[in-house]
Order: sequence, then C-alpha cells, then structure tokens
Amino acid sequence: MIQLNRPQNPDIQENMWDKIDEIINSNKNKAGSVITVLRECQNIVGYLPLDLMDYIATGINIPASHIFGVATFYALFSLKPKGRHTIRVCMGTACYVKGIKEVMDRIEQEFKIKAGETTEDRRFSIEAVRCLGACGLAPVLVVDKDTHGGVSSDKIISILETYK
Amino acid sequence: MGKLTREDIKKIKEKKLKELHDASVTKLLLCGGTGCHATGSLKLKDALQKEVINKGLEKKVKIVETGCNGFCAMGPLMLVYPEGVFYQKISEKDVPEIIEEHIINKKHVQKLLYVDPVTKKTIPYQKDIPFFSHQMTIALRNKGLIDPEVIEDYIAQDGYMGAAKALLDMTPEEIIHEVKSSGLRGRGGAGFSTGLKWEFANKSKGEIKYVLCNADEGDPGAFMDRSILEADPHAVIEGMIIASKAIGAKQGYIYCRTEYPLAVSRLGIAIQQAKNYGLLGEKMFGSTHSFDIEIYQGAGAFVCGEETALMRSIEGKRGMPRPRPPFPAQKGLWDKPSILNNVETLSNVPQIISKGGKWYSSLGTETSKGTKVFALSGDINNIGLVEVPMGISLKKMIFDIGGGIPNKKKFKAVQLGGPSGGCVPEKYLDTPVDYEAIAKVGAIMGSGGVIIMDEDTCMVDMARFFMDFIQDESCGKCTPCREGTKRILEILNRICDGQGEADDIGKLENLSAIIINSALCGLGQTGPNPVLSTLKYFKDEYYAHIYEKRCPAKRCAALLKFEIDPNLCQKCGLCFKACSAGAITWKKKEVAVIDKSKCVKCLGCYSKCKFNAIL
Repeated sequence: MIQLNRPQNPDIQENMWDKIDEIINSNKNKAGSVITVLRECQNIVGYLPLDLMDYIATGINIPASHIFGVATFYALFSLKPKGRHTIRVCMGTACYVKGIKEVMDRIEQEFKIKAGETTEDRRFSIEAVRCLGACGLAPVLVVDKDTHGGVSSDKIISILETYK
Repeated sequence: MGKLTREDIKKIKEKKLKELHDASVTKLLLCGGTGCHATGSLKLKDALQKEVINKGLEKKVKIVETGCNGFCAMGPLMLVYPEGVFYQKISEKDVPEIIEEHIINKKHVQKLLYVDPVTKKTIPYQKDIPFFSHQMTIALRNKGLIDPEVIEDYIAQDGYMGAAKALLDMTPEEIIHEVKSSGLRGRGGAGFSTGLKWEFANKSKGEIKYVLCNADEGDPGAFMDRSILEADPHAVIEGMIIASKAIGAKQGYIYCRTEYPLAVSRLGIAIQQAKNYGLLGEKMFGSTHSFDIEIYQGAGAFVCGEETALMRSIEGKRGMPRPRPPFPAQKGLWDKPSILNNVETLSNVPQIISKGGKWYSSLGTETSKGTKVFALSGDINNIGLVEVPMGISLKKMIFDIGGGIPNKKKFKAVQLGGPSGGCVPEKYLDTPVDYEAIAKVGAIMGSGGVIIMDEDTCMVDMARFFMDFIQDESCGKCTPCREGTKRILEILNRICDGQGEADDIGKLENLSAIIINSALCGLGQTGPNPVLSTLKYFKDEYYAHIYEKRCPAKRCAALLKFEIDPNLCQKCGLCFKACSAGAITWKKKEVAVIDKSKCVKCLGCYSKCKFNAIL
C-alpha cells in the first residue's frame, strides 16, 4: 500500500483523514468508483477542497484533471465550504408555478447571497435544486433535513430565523 | 433463509394472504412516502403505536407503513383495511379519536373522511373517491397496500411469480415475444418499444451484458418513479430479473437520483431481502440463470437521464452523451451490450409475463398500449399520482380525477413532458393520452409530468424558466445546445425585463429550429420545445411584453408598477399583512399604499390581492 502524505487543511482533522483513507482503499481497484469516492469524502469533510481532490487522485490512481472534471460537472459536489445550515430550494416546475421564485428572491435579498453561495458568517448555504419530487407540498424547500411545504415569500424569513 | 423455489413462494403467499384478510385484525396502512413524511406521518405512526399499546389493542391492530399512496395533497393519510376506509390530513391529536371511534366503537371518524369538493358529499371508502375510482393501476398496483420493506407483502400480491415463470418456463425469445406483443413502450419519455430494445440486445454477441434501470427521475414535476421505488421496489427488481433472462445478462445496475434518499434506502433493503431468499444471485429459483443488482447513486445532473450519458456516469466519468450509433444494445456500459429501461417500464413487466402480452395490449389506444402514470401538480386540487389507461382525455384527467383548479381561478394551460415538453391550451383538452396525439398538439408524453397552470401564470416567464433549466443542465459538449440555449435564455430574460425588441420572436423561432436540427442528444433536440409551444399558443403574451411592456399575468416584476389603484382597492388589508418588508401602510377603511423605497418586489402582495388592485 502506498503511504500518502496528508496535506495540511484546517477543515480536515486527523480522524477525517483516516476515514478518507478507508474510502480510498476500499474503492481503489473498482472501475468507475470516482463519483462514489467523491460523494463519501464530501460527506465527511462537507465539501471538496482542491488538496483533497489531489490526494484522492493519487490514492485511486486517476488523473487529478479527471477528478476535477467530475467534481465540477455534477451539482452534488461543492468546491467551497458550506454553511451550518443548507437551504435547498426546490426549483421544479410545480414549485415555480406556485411561486418559489419569489421565495428564492426574498431569501437572496435578506441574506445578501445568491443561490450556490454561503453567507459570510457561514450560517446558511443556499442551493437551488431541481425537483425534490414532493410536488404535493409545492412550493417546497428543505433546511438541513426539515422539509417545509407551502412556503411563501412573506413567511419564509420567519421560518429561517429559527435556524441559528 | 435458504433459496426459495416456486412452491415456497406460493406457500408464503397463501400464509400472508390469510393474515391480510383476517377481519379480526384491523390494518392501519399509513402512507410513508416522501410527501407524507414531510407532513408528519412518522410522528403519527409513533403516536398510533403508543395509543394501541395504551389501550391494549396490540393483537387487534396492526400498523403498516406503506409507500406513497399517490394522493399527496391529502397527507398524512391512512387506509384502514380490510374495510378500505380512507382518512386524510390526520394529525397526532386525532390519534385517540381514531382508536376510540374506529377500532373500539367501529364507527368512522367523520372529520377525517374525504369530502368531495364539488358535491360536498362525504366519501368514506377509498374505492369511491373520484381520484381513485377513475384510475386503473398496473405499475402502481401495490401503492399504499404493502410494506415496501417486507418482501412477503410483495409476494402476497403475486410478487416474483412473473420472474419464476420467465426463469423456469420460458426461453429468452418467448419473453421478448410476450413483451413485444404487449405493445409496452418506454415510459421514460422516448416511447421506444421495450420488446424491440430487448431483442436488439439479445441478438448482440457477447458474454457480458448489462441490464440498467434508469431511476434518475430528473424531470421537474414528475415523481412517479420515486413513488414506485418507495412503494414497491420489488416490482422493479422483478422486472430487471425478467429482462436479464431475456437478453442474457448477469449484472444489473439501478442508477438512482441521490435526491431520493428514501428510495435508495428501500431499494437497498429490497435487494438484500431478494438476495437472502435466493431470488437474486446464483441460479435463482433453481434455474440455470444467475443475476445480481447494484445500486448506483447519481450526483445531480439532468443530462444523465439520457442513456449514453447515464452509462458514462456509471463508468465514473462526466455524464456526457455520445453520438449513436452504435446503440447501447450493441455497445453500452463499458462498451458491452446493455439495455436501459426506466422504473415505470420495468414495474409493468412482471404482470405482462404473468398475465400475458395480449391482456396488456387490450388496454389503451392503437399505438399506445396499457396504462400510464401521471404526476398531477401545480394549480390543481388533487395533487398526486394517477395511473390511467392510455386514451383517456386530458380534460378527464385534470377535471374529473384532478378535481379542477383551486381558488376559482381559470385554467390556462397544462404543461406536459417536462423541460422537453410543451404547453397545451384549453382548446386541445380533448386530446387523448397517447404518444402520437400528444405530440400532434406540440407537447410530448415524456415521463408523465402534468403541471396545470391557472390564469396567474405568465407563459413567457414559464418559457424562461424551462430555458434556464435546460441551459443550466446542458452538459456543454455540443455547441448548438451549449451556446444556443444560452442565447435563447438571454432573449427571454430581456423580454421579461421589459427590454424586448421587435425582432425577438423571429430570433427565438430561428434559433430554436437550429438547435433542434443540430444538437447531439435528446436534451438539446427537445430543449426549445417550451419556447415554441408557448409561442404557438400564447404569442399575444409575448407581444404584450415586447410592445406594450406589460405582463398580463403580473408575474414579471420589471413590468409591474408596485402601485395600488385606489379605485379597485377594497381596503381589506390582505396586502399589508402579506408584506414582510414593511413597505405597505394600511389602516381600516383606508386604501393601502406601497412605499417603493422599502419594497423588495417579492410579489407577495400581488398573490394575496383578490381584487387585482395592485398595478
């Protein structure tokens, strides 16, 4: 087994590196495992820093350019740190017809960030996601693991105030 | 547990059916789909369990968490078996009453029963509610009836009998013949004959072949695949087993959206159970055929619904399509012959094998056989999943089953087929549900998303919404799609912002035609459809935006004045209450006033004003 040099990164602690090594070792000879490895590593760290992607590339012996290409292609992966709370706003058609755009505009105005960004105090990250498949509750957004259905631009801020 | 034979399965079925029909035990079938989870069905389940124990009714009541029932607008909901009583919008507080009234006193809990919005009649039994009574379920036949995490529940409903028949009694050619004669066409969108697809892969030479299931349901507004996976995962697995025998594959993959965690988890459980029973793995049912399935989670890319892109993604690459031929039936995943079928298609297969292709083809129209699942959403009363025989009219689906438009608003259009589809106006509502007939009016069947729009929807804004989607999801490989959709979006943005120019409509039509003719894959080739169909039926709205700088539906903020017309204002104060920015001042019996310096243009007041008084 190759011993890899763990890069210094303030967001990745030693125990996280141990888990990352486990993921790499159990996937290194599997064909097509890049997405799985990236997903599992992101679950541990919260996002995919560049030095982590380099580390993975060496670990599973796939060019870093390929890793970077995959990580930037799929919406699931984030190359930037996330906030304490992630607001996933459903931008599906049913939600759009029922006014999710106005809700999104309101959130963006209130916290002065755009979809895909994180507030400076790292309190919220906002993501625009494609249909969550919960059209019966439209318009819908999910904060961390809580689903909020039937949201509206006038009530959304008071809902978000409860997440500190 | 060892390997099961066909006889063992029959025994499990009989035992389970006896339990199900035992009238001395009341079964509370609580919906555990994503929608009902979100409205609190898990808490409700806990509360029910506690109350049952409190009252010492453990032997008389069984609580079952089922998959999605389909009537999502009414959640959390529950079906009581064996009587078939339907309770809706249940809260934890109702639990003592349900146990006391229904279980102990044997009476219906009146306040939780369904009331028909038109006739105002109370309807206690699910089978009598119009939303259900007009449906015909094949793909969704087990929805809300079985516990998706218990394989015996599925077996009780004839589960795995189709697979046993295919593996023990039929040759691959006979299976293909049966599927071909059923007339089943791909339910994912393209509508290609499933039997033919299998035949091509069967004839391709090679030791290694793959059966793939497309569970990457990306179309916004479509959630039938999620629902099937959550409610009846074994049906999909059984369909894949049958397909594997037909083409001679030993390995299958289910490519599932990562946004559907519940579906992924239930699929995982179902696969494990099937393995434990020997229904997946080596020499299943004592036949010579072996087959295994792995779940592969997507990572959020719409284009991965396209078959060649999906295969690239399983290979761990960027999900970019490639030109065809060679078709996946010759060179698919890892360049081996592969078939890709969607969830709904596969869940029809076991019954086609059990009951025969002829039975299936007796339903539907000349070219579209069987049933189709549609996801009704948007401005409609009965939001949810419906399965109807092909050939029924859009009108019947929207008004009889869907219950029409809420809040006394007028119907404007129905959007069919997701971002690749089109908007159908009122005058074509008699169109039957049929691949060809729907295409004729400028939309597509697609995966079955049906989004109803009322008069408050701006059609230019809708076209912009879909273009924004397509442009964002374009993989970037071919120029027409990457650049062309971007240019279309820019023009639509300009029109919605009040900067429309006289020749914009011509530019839109021209660009659309070019993209359709030259894009590499289905995403680009159909991408401009929403623009073309809105231009075809709602050109007057484009004219209003471009020439009069006016948005008739009052949805485009740049074209609104944010002023209150004192002549129309009824001084009700609804707008004042709706404004979270504190920009509206109002006192009783006085006309409200908007302070534009404080207004954040969120349009909250527009949606609340019943008198159209905000300009």
